[in-house]
Amino acid sequence: MEACYALAGLYLLVLAGRIAGESEHPRRWGSSLFWALLGVTLIGAKLLPPTLIGYLVVAMVALAASGQVRRGAINEASRDERLGHAKRLENRIFWPALLIPATAVLGTLVLGQLHFRDVWLVEPKQVTLIALSLGATLALTVALRTTGATVNIASREGSRLLQTLGWSLILPQMLAALGGIFAKAGVGEVVAGLVTQAVPTEVPWVAVVSYCGGMTLFTMVMGNAFAAFAVITGGIGLPFVVLLHGGNPAIMAAMGMLSGYCGTLLTPMAANFNLVPAMLLELDDKHAVIKAQAPLALVIFAANMILMMVLVYRF
Amino acid sequence: MIKLVGVALIAAGFTLRVNTLLVVLAAGLATGFAAGFSLNDIMAMIGKYFSDNRAMTLPIVLMLPVVGLLERYGLKERAEVLIRRSNAATAGRVILLYTAVRQLSISLGVSIGGHAGAVRPLVAPMAEAAARRRGGDLSPASVVSIRAHAAAGENIGNFFGEDIFIAVGAILLMKGFFEAQGVNVSVWAMALWGIPTAFIAFAAMWWRCRLLDRRIEHAATIDQKPGGVH
Repeated sequence: MEACYALAGLYLLVLAGRIAGESEHPRRWGSSLFWALLGVTLIGAKLLPPTLIGYLVVAMVALAASGQVRRGAINEASRDERLGHAKRLENRIFWPALLIPATAVLGTLVLGQLHFRDVWLVEPKQVTLIALSLGATLALTVALRTTGATVNIASREGSRLLQTLGWSLILPQMLAALGGIFAKAGVGEVVAGLVTQAVPTEVPWVAVVSYCGGMTLFTMVMGNAFAAFAVITGGIGLPFVVLLHGGNPAIMAAMGMLSGYCGTLLTPMAANFNLVPAMLLELDDKHAVIKAQAPLALVIFAANMILMMVLVYRF
Repeated sequence: MIKLVGVALIAAGFTLRVNTLLVVLAAGLATGFAAGFSLNDIMAMIGKYFSDNRAMTLPIVLMLPVVGLLERYGLKERAEVLIRRSNAATAGRVILLYTAVRQLSISLGVSIGGHAGAVRPLVAPMAEAAARRRGGDLSPASVVSIRAHAAAGENIGNFFGEDIFIAVGAILLMKGFFEAQGVNVSVWAMALWGIPTAFIAFAAMWWRCRLLDRRIEHAATIDQKPGGVH
């Protein structure tokens, strides 16, 4: 697993070197340093003391906030050139792209099963990431052969996409760190306390409403339904829905988690699902994905909550 | 109550559109200080959680060279050619089909797709091409709407399919939580009760995709009227 991170980290260091060498780049040193630091944190996560990584993260934030992380002059291939390649390669261009999901399927089926007694070749919970890394590497190899491009072109195109994303690439990790601090500081207990004080949870359906609402709201604050689950289920779900009113814990947990996911659809805190895609798709409005998801989230939330009200006390 | 200062900072910072990374860092520092941690404690926490969540960044970084390369060699353009051959394809249907594949595969434990690996290089361009084939040139607003819905389809499929498979994060986390609390809950029951909402989520996506198609069609008919907005 560490090898995958080292690979990604090395690639970032190479890109940092590339950017430092681009004489026409508007902020080449700042940008280069930013990507190099990210590479170092990827490689050194298990080697360097966390406090040092914390300060490196602060340095990255400072670079980004002071406008040092910019995209360079990017020479994208013209549409004609791309159309020409599309005509020449026809459907062969899809094979590398399809290799990634194919490796994911095979990897999940095979890698996850390989073990000698209790020693697993790949830890089951890391199978997805490892299969993905393998798939990406394999796909790159095949893509280089199919297109006849050099490694240099691939690295340059990767750099183009990376600079399209810019500093928002580290937002998800940053927000996860904030969620961690929230959890350590006990923000969850404060929120759960406020909800239980404000709402008459001794009425069974009100308990369901405040549990589902609490999951959604707290997920929006934390950007992460998993973090919300322990706090809100421990603070509202288990004591009121299950213990006081005799609800079914499996139904409560399954649907409670899904209420949390509705919150994930609504919050910029869940940057990897909502903001990074907006950058990847080159949308000027960073919140366009959230706006598209808002009606969906509200409908699913309402239906899910009604389902829980009907089912949780019945089974 | 003072511990909520970070939440307030986030809300204020996002509203005022201050650099998001800076807002997040400030919120982390403020919350940490409010809870009585020292600066070095907070730095250690940031470093630890930042590292613990490397997995969020990894797939995108590893996917960049291959996606960039394929884009340069006409992946999007070829996807558009294929879509133009299909009479039934609309933006909404392309997105809905992707959502279905994503939701089904992840409910069987296989994670395929993703924003970097599928939505940007394949789904969004195909949906746009389908819309262009029907309605001619698209307004910038339609393009944004199509791309945003493609990303939404990825998220809906991913979130509401995942909870049906027992060996993934969500179910294992819930199981672990209940075990720590001394409550015995079967993973199968939790997976089973995720199914009704999975269907609701897909139905909601179907509704949004139909609406998206109608809106695109509507925008196109306004455009075609003489004297319409061009």
